[in-house]
Amino acid sequence: MSAVIDTASWILILAGGVFSIVGGIGLVRMPDFYTRVHAASVTDTLGVVFILLGLGLQAGWTLVAAKLAVIALLIFFTSPAATHALAKAALGRGLEPLLAEENPSLKR
Amino acid sequence: MFAAAVIALLVTLVLALARAIAGPTVFDRLLATNTCGTVAVLLLSTIGFLTGRPDFLDLAIVYGLLNVVGTIAVLKFFRYGSLGE
Repeated sequence: MSAVIDTASWILILAGGVFSIVGGIGLVRMPDFYTRVHAASVTDTLGVVFILLGLGLQAGWTLVAAKLAVIALLIFFTSPAATHALAKAALGRGLEPLLAEENPSLKR
Repeated sequence: MFAAAVIALLVTLVLALARAIAGPTVFDRLLATNTCGTVAVLLLSTIGFLTGRPDFLDLAIVYGLLNVVGTIAVLKFFRYGSLGE
Protein backbone atom coordinates (compact mmCIF):
# COMPACT_ATOMS: atom_id res chain seq x y z
CA MET A 1 0.00 0.00 0.00
CA SER A 2 2.81 2.38 0.90
CA ALA A 3 4.61 1.59 -2.35
CA VAL A 4 1.46 2.37 -4.33
CA ILE A 5 1.08 5.75 -2.60
CA ASP A 6 4.79 6.50 -3.12
CA THR A 7 4.57 5.71 -6.83
CA ALA A 8 1.43 7.82 -7.25
CA SER A 9 3.04 10.77 -5.50
CA TRP A 10 6.21 10.46 -7.63
CA ILE A 11 4.11 10.47 -10.80
CA LEU A 12 2.08 13.48 -9.61
CA ILE A 13 5.15 15.49 -8.59
CA LEU A 14 6.98 14.73 -11.83
CA ALA A 15 3.88 15.64 -13.87
CA GLY A 16 3.64 18.91 -11.95
CA GLY A 17 7.29 19.67 -12.72
CA VAL A 18 6.75 18.93 -16.41
CA PHE A 19 3.66 21.16 -16.55
CA SER A 20 5.43 24.02 -14.80
CA ILE A 21 8.36 23.82 -17.25
CA VAL A 22 5.87 23.77 -20.15
CA GLY A 23 4.31 26.94 -18.79
CA GLY A 24 7.74 28.56 -18.48
CA ILE A 25 8.68 27.66 -22.07
CA GLY A 26 5.37 29.05 -23.30
CA LEU A 27 5.99 32.23 -21.32
CA VAL A 28 9.27 32.74 -23.20
CA ARG A 29 8.27 31.60 -26.69
CA MET A 30 4.70 32.86 -27.21
CA PRO A 31 4.47 35.86 -29.57
CA ASP A 32 1.93 38.07 -27.80
CA PHE A 33 0.95 39.19 -24.31
CA TYR A 34 -2.46 37.50 -24.38
CA THR A 35 -1.02 34.18 -25.54
CA ARG A 36 1.59 34.46 -22.79
CA VAL A 37 -1.23 34.79 -20.27
CA HIS A 38 -2.59 31.50 -21.58
CA ALA A 39 0.80 29.81 -21.20
CA ALA A 40 1.40 31.14 -17.69
CA SER A 41 -1.96 29.83 -16.49
CA VAL A 42 -0.71 26.28 -17.11
CA THR A 43 1.90 26.77 -14.37
CA ASP A 44 -0.67 28.45 -12.13
CA THR A 45 -3.27 25.67 -12.26
CA LEU A 46 -1.98 22.28 -13.41
CA GLY A 47 1.56 22.59 -12.03
CA VAL A 48 0.37 23.80 -8.64
CA VAL A 49 -2.38 21.19 -8.28
CA PHE A 50 -0.19 18.25 -9.33
CA ILE A 51 2.81 19.16 -7.18
CA LEU A 52 0.71 19.95 -4.09
CA LEU A 53 -1.32 16.73 -4.50
CA GLY A 54 1.91 14.74 -4.73
CA LEU A 55 3.29 16.42 -1.60
CA GLY A 56 -0.03 15.80 0.17
CA LEU A 57 0.16 12.08 -0.63
CA GLN A 58 3.62 12.03 0.97
CA ALA A 59 2.32 13.82 4.06
CA GLY A 60 -0.68 11.58 4.81
CA TRP A 61 -3.58 12.70 7.02
CA THR A 62 -1.69 15.26 9.11
CA LEU A 63 -1.65 19.00 9.75
CA VAL A 64 0.87 19.30 6.91
CA ALA A 65 -1.73 18.00 4.45
CA ALA A 66 -4.24 20.56 5.76
CA LYS A 67 -1.74 23.37 5.18
CA LEU A 68 -1.05 22.05 1.67
CA ALA A 69 -4.80 22.09 0.98
CA VAL A 70 -4.99 25.70 2.19
CA ILE A 71 -2.12 26.70 -0.14
CA ALA A 72 -3.72 24.85 -3.07
CA LEU A 73 -7.11 26.50 -2.53
CA LEU A 74 -5.48 29.93 -2.12
CA ILE A 75 -3.54 29.70 -5.38
CA PHE A 76 -6.38 27.97 -7.21
CA PHE A 77 -8.83 30.81 -6.50
CA THR A 78 -6.60 33.89 -6.47
CA SER A 79 -4.28 33.20 -9.38
CA PRO A 80 -7.00 33.13 -12.09
CA ALA A 81 -8.45 36.29 -10.53
CA ALA A 82 -5.07 38.02 -10.75
CA THR A 83 -4.64 36.80 -14.33
CA HIS A 84 -8.10 38.11 -15.24
CA ALA A 85 -7.32 41.50 -13.68
CA LEU A 86 -4.02 41.57 -15.58
CA ALA A 87 -5.64 40.88 -18.97
CA LYS A 88 -8.42 43.37 -18.26
CA ALA A 89 -5.94 46.07 -17.24
CA ALA A 90 -3.90 45.43 -20.41
CA LEU A 91 -7.01 45.67 -22.60
CA GLY A 92 -8.14 48.79 -20.78
CA ARG A 93 -4.77 50.42 -21.38
CA GLY A 94 -5.12 49.80 -25.12
CA LEU A 95 -2.75 46.88 -25.64
CA GLU A 96 -4.22 45.15 -28.68
CA PRO A 97 -3.92 41.45 -29.56
CA LEU A 98 -1.45 40.50 -32.28
CA LEU A 99 -4.12 39.59 -34.84
CA ALA A 100 -6.30 42.67 -34.25
CA GLU A 101 -5.21 44.18 -37.59
CA GLU A 102 -6.60 41.29 -39.64
CA ASN A 103 -9.65 40.60 -37.48
CA PRO A 104 -11.40 43.83 -36.41
CA SER A 105 -13.75 42.00 -34.02
CA LEU A 106 -10.77 41.57 -31.65
CA LYS A 107 -10.40 45.33 -31.23
CA ARG A 108 -11.81 46.95 -28.17
CA MET B 1 12.10 12.96 -6.43
CA PHE B 2 11.79 16.17 -4.43
CA ALA B 3 15.13 17.24 -5.90
CA ALA B 4 13.75 16.69 -9.43
CA ALA B 5 10.74 18.87 -8.61
CA VAL B 6 13.03 21.56 -7.19
CA ILE B 7 15.16 21.52 -10.34
CA ALA B 8 12.06 21.75 -12.56
CA LEU B 9 10.76 24.69 -10.53
CA LEU B 10 14.14 26.44 -10.73
CA VAL B 11 14.13 26.03 -14.52
CA THR B 12 10.64 27.56 -14.62
CA LEU B 13 11.86 30.41 -12.42
CA VAL B 14 14.75 31.13 -14.82
CA LEU B 15 12.38 31.14 -17.83
CA ALA B 16 9.97 33.50 -16.08
CA LEU B 17 12.87 35.79 -15.13
CA ALA B 18 13.99 35.82 -18.77
CA ARG B 19 10.51 37.00 -19.77
CA ALA B 20 10.50 39.58 -16.97
CA ILE B 21 13.80 41.01 -18.24
CA ALA B 22 12.91 40.83 -21.96
CA GLY B 23 9.18 41.66 -21.78
CA PRO B 24 8.27 44.53 -24.11
CA THR B 25 5.35 45.87 -22.08
CA VAL B 26 4.89 46.32 -18.35
CA PHE B 27 2.10 43.72 -18.39
CA ASP B 28 4.51 41.04 -19.60
CA ARG B 29 6.78 41.85 -16.69
CA LEU B 30 3.84 41.70 -14.27
CA LEU B 31 2.75 38.34 -15.67
CA ALA B 32 6.27 36.99 -15.24
CA THR B 33 6.41 38.37 -11.69
CA ASN B 34 3.12 36.65 -10.88
CA THR B 35 4.49 33.37 -12.21
CA CYS B 36 7.64 33.89 -10.15
CA GLY B 37 5.48 34.26 -7.03
CA THR B 38 3.54 31.06 -7.74
CA VAL B 39 6.77 29.16 -8.41
CA ALA B 40 8.26 30.54 -5.19
CA VAL B 41 5.30 29.19 -3.20
CA LEU B 42 5.75 25.76 -4.78
CA LEU B 43 9.52 25.93 -4.25
CA LEU B 44 9.09 26.73 -0.55
CA SER B 45 6.70 23.79 -0.07
CA THR B 46 8.95 21.37 -1.94
CA ILE B 47 12.12 22.50 -0.15
CA GLY B 48 10.28 22.00 3.13
CA PHE B 49 9.71 18.37 2.20
CA LEU B 50 13.23 17.98 0.75
CA THR B 51 14.90 19.04 3.98
CA GLY B 52 12.31 17.31 6.21
CA ARG B 53 11.09 20.57 7.77
CA PRO B 54 7.40 21.09 6.84
CA ASP B 55 7.39 24.38 8.81
CA PHE B 56 8.27 26.00 5.49
CA LEU B 57 4.59 25.60 4.52
CA ASP B 58 3.65 28.54 6.76
CA LEU B 59 6.09 30.71 4.83
CA ALA B 60 4.51 29.45 1.61
CA ILE B 61 1.03 30.50 2.77
CA VAL B 62 2.25 33.99 3.71
CA TYR B 63 4.13 34.33 0.43
CA GLY B 64 1.03 33.34 -1.56
CA LEU B 65 -1.06 36.01 0.18
CA LEU B 66 1.62 38.67 -0.37
CA ASN B 67 1.90 37.71 -4.03
CA VAL B 68 -1.81 38.21 -4.66
CA VAL B 69 -1.99 41.51 -2.81
CA GLY B 70 1.10 42.82 -4.60
CA THR B 71 -0.18 41.90 -8.06
CA ILE B 72 -3.61 43.45 -7.48
CA ALA B 73 -2.05 46.64 -6.05
CA VAL B 74 0.30 47.11 -9.01
CA LEU B 75 -2.50 46.38 -11.47
CA LYS B 76 -4.79 48.91 -9.82
CA PHE B 77 -2.00 51.46 -10.04
CA PHE B 78 -1.53 50.86 -13.75
CA ARG B 79 -5.27 50.79 -14.45
CA TYR B 80 -6.29 53.97 -12.62
CA GLY B 81 -3.01 55.83 -12.18
CA SER B 82 -3.25 55.84 -8.38
CA LEU B 83 -3.91 53.48 -5.49
CA GLY B 84 -7.18 55.17 -4.52
CA GLU B 85 -8.16 57.60 -1.82
